[in-house]
Amino acid sequence: MQPLAEHVHWMFATGFLILALCLFAEAVVGTEVWRQRRWRAYLWPGALFLMGIFMWPVMIMFTNSTLHMLAHAAWAQVLLLAGGVELALAAGRLRNRYWHLCVALAFVVSGTASLIHEQNSWLFSRSAFLHHAIGWLMITAAVFPFLRTFRPRSIVVATGFAATFLVLAVFLYADRDVAEIFGHLSPVAGSPHR
Amino acid sequence: MRAEPAAQLEATRARRSVRARVIAAIGPTTLLAGVVWGLLQPYRLTFLHPVGEGFWWLAVEPPLIVMLVGVLFAAFVAPGLIEDLEESEER
Repeated sequence: MQPLAEHVHWMFATGFLILALCLFAEAVVGTEVWRQRRWRAYLWPGALFLMGIFMWPVMIMFTNSTLHMLAHAAWAQVLLLAGGVELALAAGRLRNRYWHLCVALAFVVSGTASLIHEQNSWLFSRSAFLHHAIGWLMITAAVFPFLRTFRPRSIVVATGFAATFLVLAVFLYADRDVAEIFGHLSPVAGSPHR
Repeated sequence: MRAEPAAQLEATRARRSVRARVIAAIGPTTLLAGVVWGLLQPYRLTFLHPVGEGFWWLAVEPPLIVMLVGVLFAAFVAPGLIEDLEESEER
């Protein structure tokens, strides 16, 4: 009954797609309008926090390597931190804008964990390629939450922040346990299934 | 109190309605993306040709989920957001 790794990736891709749509809408209308309804202010930070909670069962169930467990635990922690801090900021429990930097920290930690826990080269398989791509995406895109802390009204920064989650969702939806990437698939990767 | 020139007011309204249109388009665009994906990669839709797959293969079908996210956004997030946007623009 345990889902395959690719199913878990697709479920998390859905979470990131929801985040992307909410953040893009917030970028278009502005934070003041977005937060006019209380539930909407909590929508994307809540989704982020919920994904952090769901990452713990992933960490517990997918124990094929210590590196995977550590990476999943790191993601769970930074998702909870970023989601929790953004919830507290939305609720007014935290007021200092520098707390937004926790999201940038989450991006850097997530990207680093993705790169470190992928032991195969880029063209080993699609999964390996995507782990490398996601790692570098998160590290480079950390500039958006970093700038968002200092330029909260910048539409370019807000759109870049939303686009990061959209690209992340696309990468995760493209993930398969064993599949070729640009015509390459290592013979030791296994046989592709459906 | 200084009156805003009519042309400037009209331009502001037009710009604002673009924002409302963008919000209204997010859900349908996402839905369309899911439909196009399903057409391009029908093998990602397990329900079309199930061959003994278990629960997760039937529950997690990415193109269908993308369509669902688009529908939910259009139904629950976009209407209120457009309403609030238009209210704030009228102020």
